[in-house]
Amino acid sequence: MKLRNLATGLAALAVAAPLAISAVSAYELTVPSLVYRTGPYAPSGIPFANGYADYFTLLNERDGGINGAHVNLIECETAYNTQQGVECYENTKGQGESGALVYQPLSTGISYQLIPKAAVDEIPIFTMGYGRTSAADGKVFPWIFNPPGTYWDVASGMVNYAGAIEGGLDKLSGKTIALVYHNSAYGKEPIRTLEELGKKHGFKLELLPVDHPGQEQKATWLQVRRLRPDWVFMWGWGVMNQVAIKEAASIRFPMDRFIGVWWSGSEQDVLPAGADANGYLSAGFHAPGADFPLHQEILSKVYDAGKGAGDRDRVGEVLYNRGLIAAVWTVEAIRKAMEIKGSNEIRGKDVRDGLEALDVSEERLAELGLPNFTYPVKLSCATHSNPGTSLIQQWDAGAGQWKVIATGIEPDRSIIDPLIAEDAAAYAKENNITPRECN
Amino acid sequence: MTFFIETVLSGLMAGVMYSLVALGFVLIFKASGIFNFAQGVMCLFAALTFVGIMEKTGVPWPVSFVLTVGVMVALAWVIERFVLSHLVNQEPIILFMATIGLAYFLEGFGDLLWGSDVKVLNIGLPSGASDWMLDSFDIYVEKLEVVAAVTAALLVTVLAVFFQKTRVGRALRAVADDHQAALSVGISLRSIWVIVWSVAGIVALVAGIMWGSKSGVQFSLSLIALKALPVLILGGFTSIPGAIVGGLIIGVGEKVAEIYVGPMVGGAIENWFAYMLALAFLLVRPQGLFGERIIERV
Repeated sequence: MKLRNLATGLAALAVAAPLAISAVSAYELTVPSLVYRTGPYAPSGIPFANGYADYFTLLNERDGGINGAHVNLIECETAYNTQQGVECYENTKGQGESGALVYQPLSTGISYQLIPKAAVDEIPIFTMGYGRTSAADGKVFPWIFNPPGTYWDVASGMVNYAGAIEGGLDKLSGKTIALVYHNSAYGKEPIRTLEELGKKHGFKLELLPVDHPGQEQKATWLQVRRLRPDWVFMWGWGVMNQVAIKEAASIRFPMDRFIGVWWSGSEQDVLPAGADANGYLSAGFHAPGADFPLHQEILSKVYDAGKGAGDRDRVGEVLYNRGLIAAVWTVEAIRKAMEIKGSNEIRGKDVRDGLEALDVSEERLAELGLPNFTYPVKLSCATHSNPGTSLIQQWDAGAGQWKVIATGIEPDRSIIDPLIAEDAAAYAKENNITPRECN
Repeated sequence: MTFFIETVLSGLMAGVMYSLVALGFVLIFKASGIFNFAQGVMCLFAALTFVGIMEKTGVPWPVSFVLTVGVMVALAWVIERFVLSHLVNQEPIILFMATIGLAYFLEGFGDLLWGSDVKVLNIGLPSGASDWMLDSFDIYVEKLEVVAAVTAALLVTVLAVFFQKTRVGRALRAVADDHQAALSVGISLRSIWVIVWSVAGIVALVAGIMWGSKSGVQFSLSLIALKALPVLILGGFTSIPGAIVGGLIIGVGEKVAEIYVGPMVGGAIENWFAYMLALAFLLVRPQGLFGERIIERV
């Protein structure tokens, strides 16, 4: 009898011990968040930072963190300034027991500066839908990840959408596409791809750079008037988006022929233009709105408890959702890292392994409270960006909301993959990097 | 040819918008010899306060305008009381440094009070292209910029009369020439500084409303000061007509350069071209087009 009791007790202990350990795990996970809540780009930076922060707050409040390990989210203000961003990285990378586990710089300029540092410090950089496109090649960039799509993917997606509206990609022949872009590393990223796609489909590409911050764009839009392009694509950020949309409306450029990249399609971008912005298009990779179980849980468990990072009525805005999905993928990578290592005590290099094994299917998204919110992502050693699929959303000024009008837009891999390979090889040669083997 | 006319017209209109910002710099420099680095942030602060009051209280815009003028006058008093009064007769560079500090303070204070989000500014100013010009002549002229031009003309007229014809205006000019001499003839330096900073605050409010109507009121508004600097270099730091003419030259120059030269050199040249144009003028007229030539005997 005693033996049976002892066996039952040991069995109960065996079952309960891991739970007890995970529930009271003292190991703290450090996740720095490079934000810009001040400066000219703050209107775009704030909602993203809020979405990112709220998800970690929910996990800490609801689950005690990730698998029981509390997450210490450290915000550092970059003001979208590359130097300040690097300073934030240096100041936060060694903090906490785990050290910084992963960075989300939300700036292509900062991302470029962190590429060489990440390899030395063994901390992955998750540049979600921005940064250096060829970082998608995991053999050359083992520490950089840019799912769910690169600037080249979305540029190709935008061309494919324009082609579909014109009646087929062959109908783009002889057309003109003007690219109005932020005159920075970020804004210049899609040029190469658009040039190649222009050669393939026969459209003419006109390049119209806009200097930081983009408060004054009269000359740019006069050129649009003169060139009379069939489509205008925009790679803008911050005030540049708002001014461009207003200028486009002023010169009577048709809004349903004006597509912004996924960083040029938030509520802040269209509201200042009022009714004139009606019909404006932008690319995206996730749904807008707060009609998802996860949002409702955030509202009830985070905002009702007075722990929300921002205003309650702004939960569900496009850039809030962008920050939220960034946090969701980051957390899934951390979970995967713990699973691979068999322990909560992970470091940056483990999260890198977690990112390379990241597999967030539609089923998993539904479990997380985000059914049909975004596309499934599956990464590997060689593939650091996936799937590259985009959607197109349109602003309804009357209703004051974005509506998704086209989904499942695939990029032209026959153009993009060779470009990525070529650019990654050039980077490897320039920096004496021997591409690693991936099985 | 139509397109060239359109480019020049757009340049003129954009130039007026730059002049509105430059006017504030000129006022303070003319009356106190201080280059006010905070002028751009004052535009932002004034516009933020203007929209913020409307959003929080729901009052109509004329009431908010009057209240914001009150805030800018109070701000001028605070600046005089806590910053400038301690720096009387100091080197201009010391005063300049103080305004740099003021710029950072005002930016942070504005953020604290009103938040960092884009605020939509809609007080019924017309926007978009003039239909008549576009349909009749195929020339694009922005209606908001026409309003800005009329407003700037009114402002300049009022300020010119104020400086030339009123006793206070003459006192302002006396203070600009020599603080100590002005004090010795009984001019109250403190009152004069409060008046001039108040007037500059009101000009900043007008400029902030015009620019805010274009892009929404947000923190990038503080950077419009960068657009005013070449205007000041070209027009002269002490001339109100200079700020206007300088703005027009810079506006037209940068637009023509961007459109006709830009494509040959990769574009986005208008920002640096404005400074280059101003520097070229400096080589010929160091005091600017309308600036006072200062001859100091040693």
